[in-house]
Amino acid sequence: MLIKVLVNTLLIALLSFAGGLFFPNWIIAPVAFAVSLLIPLRPLPAFLSGFTALFLLWGGLALAADVANGGILGTKIAWLLPLNGSHYALVLVTALLGALMGGGGALTASFLRK
Amino acid sequence: MRIVPFLISLLLTTGLVICLNLRWGGLQKKPRIGAFLSPQEGFWQNAEPVDADFSGTVGLPGLEGKGTVYFDEYLIPHVFAASETDACYIQGYLHARFRLWQMEFQTFAAAGRLSEVLGPGENNAYVKYDRSMRRLGMVMAAKAALGTIERDTIMRKDCDAYTAGVNAWIGQLSQGSLPLEYKLLDYRPEPWNNLKTALFIKYMAFELAGADNDFGMTNARSFFSKADFAKLFPAVPDSLDPIIPKGSPFMQPARIPKMPVTADSLYFNSTATVTDEELRPEKSNGSNNWAVAGKKTLSGRPILCNDPHLSTNMPSIWYQMQIHTPTYSVSGVSFPGAPFVVIGFNDSCAWGITNSERDVRDYYSIKFKDETRQEYWFNGRWQPVTAQRVDTINILGSAPLYDTIVSTVFGPVMFDPTFTGFSDIASNRSYAVRWKPADPSDELLTFHYLQSARNYHDYNDAIKTFQAPGQNFAFADKEGTIAIRQQGQFPAKWKGQGLFVMPGEDSSYMWQDTIPGDRNPYMRLDSGDGRGFVSSANQEPADTTYPYWLSGNFPVYRGLIINRKLNAMNSITPADMMKMQTDNFDVFAQMAQPVLLGHFNEKGLNAEEKAYLNIYKLWKFHNDPDEEGPTIFYLWWNHLEHDILDDEFAGSPLRLQRPNESTLLEALIRDTSWSFIDNVNTKDVKETLQQVVTEAFRQTMPDLAQAGQEGRLPWGKFKDTWARHLLRLPALSRTHLPIGGGTNCINAAKQFHGPSWRMIVQLTDKTEAYGIYPGGQSGNPGSPYYDTFVDRWVAGTYLPVWIMGPDDKADKRVKWVLNFSTASTE
Repeated sequence: MLIKVLVNTLLIALLSFAGGLFFPNWIIAPVAFAVSLLIPLRPLPAFLSGFTALFLLWGGLALAADVANGGILGTKIAWLLPLNGSHYALVLVTALLGALMGGGGALTASFLRK
Repeated sequence: MRIVPFLISLLLTTGLVICLNLRWGGLQKKPRIGAFLSPQEGFWQNAEPVDADFSGTVGLPGLEGKGTVYFDEYLIPHVFAASETDACYIQGYLHARFRLWQMEFQTFAAAGRLSEVLGPGENNAYVKYDRSMRRLGMVMAAKAALGTIERDTIMRKDCDAYTAGVNAWIGQLSQGSLPLEYKLLDYRPEPWNNLKTALFIKYMAFELAGADNDFGMTNARSFFSKADFAKLFPAVPDSLDPIIPKGSPFMQPARIPKMPVTADSLYFNSTATVTDEELRPEKSNGSNNWAVAGKKTLSGRPILCNDPHLSTNMPSIWYQMQIHTPTYSVSGVSFPGAPFVVIGFNDSCAWGITNSERDVRDYYSIKFKDETRQEYWFNGRWQPVTAQRVDTINILGSAPLYDTIVSTVFGPVMFDPTFTGFSDIASNRSYAVRWKPADPSDELLTFHYLQSARNYHDYNDAIKTFQAPGQNFAFADKEGTIAIRQQGQFPAKWKGQGLFVMPGEDSSYMWQDTIPGDRNPYMRLDSGDGRGFVSSANQEPADTTYPYWLSGNFPVYRGLIINRKLNAMNSITPADMMKMQTDNFDVFAQMAQPVLLGHFNEKGLNAEEKAYLNIYKLWKFHNDPDEEGPTIFYLWWNHLEHDILDDEFAGSPLRLQRPNESTLLEALIRDTSWSFIDNVNTKDVKETLQQVVTEAFRQTMPDLAQAGQEGRLPWGKFKDTWARHLLRLPALSRTHLPIGGGTNCINAAKQFHGPSWRMIVQLTDKTEAYGIYPGGQSGNPGSPYYDTFVDRWVAGTYLPVWIMGPDDKADKRVKWVLNFSTASTE
């Protein structure tokens, strides 16, 4: 069970990254959906798996970009968006947005399989 | 399958995905948030690593030879190309790579396409902007310029190469690598072409030759008595120190323009008024330049200085670079959007430009036969319009607007009952516009030739084809010659022509002739000659002995202080010139002080008023950022001007042209009982100058108290200079810069406007040059090179311009190497 969740999470993250190279941002939802169809999980584990996969992928990518950039752009965008200039908050928001789309995709698949 | 939870989950997820990828109505400047935040396609891709590597290899198909760009630590490129055409190719690539969004955005502005990207704007401002640009004929003007460019084999080749370079960069862009602003506004760049280059040139022509006061002056003429009008708008200011010194001889005109016989009845004494409102460029687009001869410098060689005053935008209007070809090496600044170096120097000479401020935009009142506007009354009969077109203005988030634009023998109809410009007042009148930059011309050719100019004759040949916007080209070379010429193709006007809207019912008011190029004001000093310097600061090029009538909007004070200083200086070094270019002395404030203090009643001042007066009295007219004196003076003069003029000006509901500040000051110096001082609303009282000066001072108290509370009493804080992003977003701007100066200082740094590039070139055997601009080489707000130079610019310090030679490839100043070859990419 735990292995299945881990494999599911890893696969969603990997395939989302690959999909992101060729498709717009929304590709992560169908990816999470498709992976979770192949590896059936109960709704909660499915959601958490999709959520975690994208939280780590988007959060990790954003954090890496932010650190390499010394927070220059993140700070500016965080003033542009109402985040009071906090580039860390912006990384978190980025991670959460990805996570919600990923989690939603995986959850939908889980309900379809049941 | 659990159908209900499945459907709910499906709906929520799809809903979320759609919401994150939708542009929300009413939030036209807001991006699609999912695309924008996605680390793989959104703004995170623009977060350039601080240790990014700009080295690499690029294939440019059709490049004639090998090319190499050496970037120094400031990301300034030193381009080594096999030919000028190759240099243009690489320049196009570099402009696109580092400044693509701004260059395309400016061509959108020029072509009247802002609403397409930004939406209609507040109170339809962008739509009005677009209609104004289209009606003025910007696209037609660019097409005419393009025709001239493409008939010239050299220019065609260079512009084609530049375009290919821009497109080489655009062609490999993915969604992720788009400049940030495209993601913010959610659109994509179009392929570049030579028309866009021409549009950029016309955008600059609009910025520099798109100003006139015809409507405000027309209304003022119709409202004021002849005597009052003459007082408010005198022909020449008393304090004028023209570009060509007083007493210089001028060649007589080839032909004298003839004033129409009806001028008195139909023009000077007309009572017509105008309610339409023009689109006008930033009013203080100006500049300083000067060159001092060897006899006034420590090195014995000329020094040339230039600081063009433009909007201090981010990304900057300028991109600094060096171009090295087998025949020349040129350094300076270029315009992203066009090939060549525009202000700079080569191994033989240096040049700098300031705006001429001459009036080359005039209006004619058109009488149409009926509402269809197909025929207009001209030379005694109804004539068909010369052209008609329907422009489609695409507006983001709204239906397109179809604008019918007709043309007359004078030029396009700018205003008619369907378009009143920026005015909300309906009008049934129509006005055609005659605008010099709409004529076919090729200004780029001048910079092509200047890049390789070796001496005065080359300089003269290079600039003689330059038509518009009229510029003062200052020049200095290693042979010791310094020179200045007001170059442009200017209409020869009879005295008063084009001050007001002119009758358009016959040909007698049309521009009759062009001032021959050799009659343009100029001054050449070979080493040892005359006063040993040339200069310009947008003042009148000559006094009234110049045989043509000069019209325009010419500020006086910067020219005055520049000449005063240069006259007094000797053994000048580049360091002296840096001090002078960043000088904050306000000569207007100095000349105004006797009026303010000489007519001031100090009796009955309270402690607070006395304290402020004391600060003002102790101030030595330096607009330094920490001084409070300039703030007090600024507010005091402002109130005085309003107190003296507003009562008369409020008598008309129309917008009347206001006099220049020099006019008011000189009037008060000349005549302490100037008729406008009396407040016309107080019938039984005749106010004195002392009363209004004292009252104006008291009126500044609430302003000063408020500024004090907000910590804005120091001039730098009060003036509040920004290097402002083109989209006016504070987050992408450098705000609240602690810099002094102002409108009438050599350091003309205002709120969003100022010395956009400061350059000093000493023409010793080994050229010594310095430069700085309020921006950075990268246009990407996510790059550490976005604002590299801003703090130095604020502090008044410079960077040496490194003139890299072919043997310097291993120099430690080379930080990155970008190789170009004809082979395909990487």
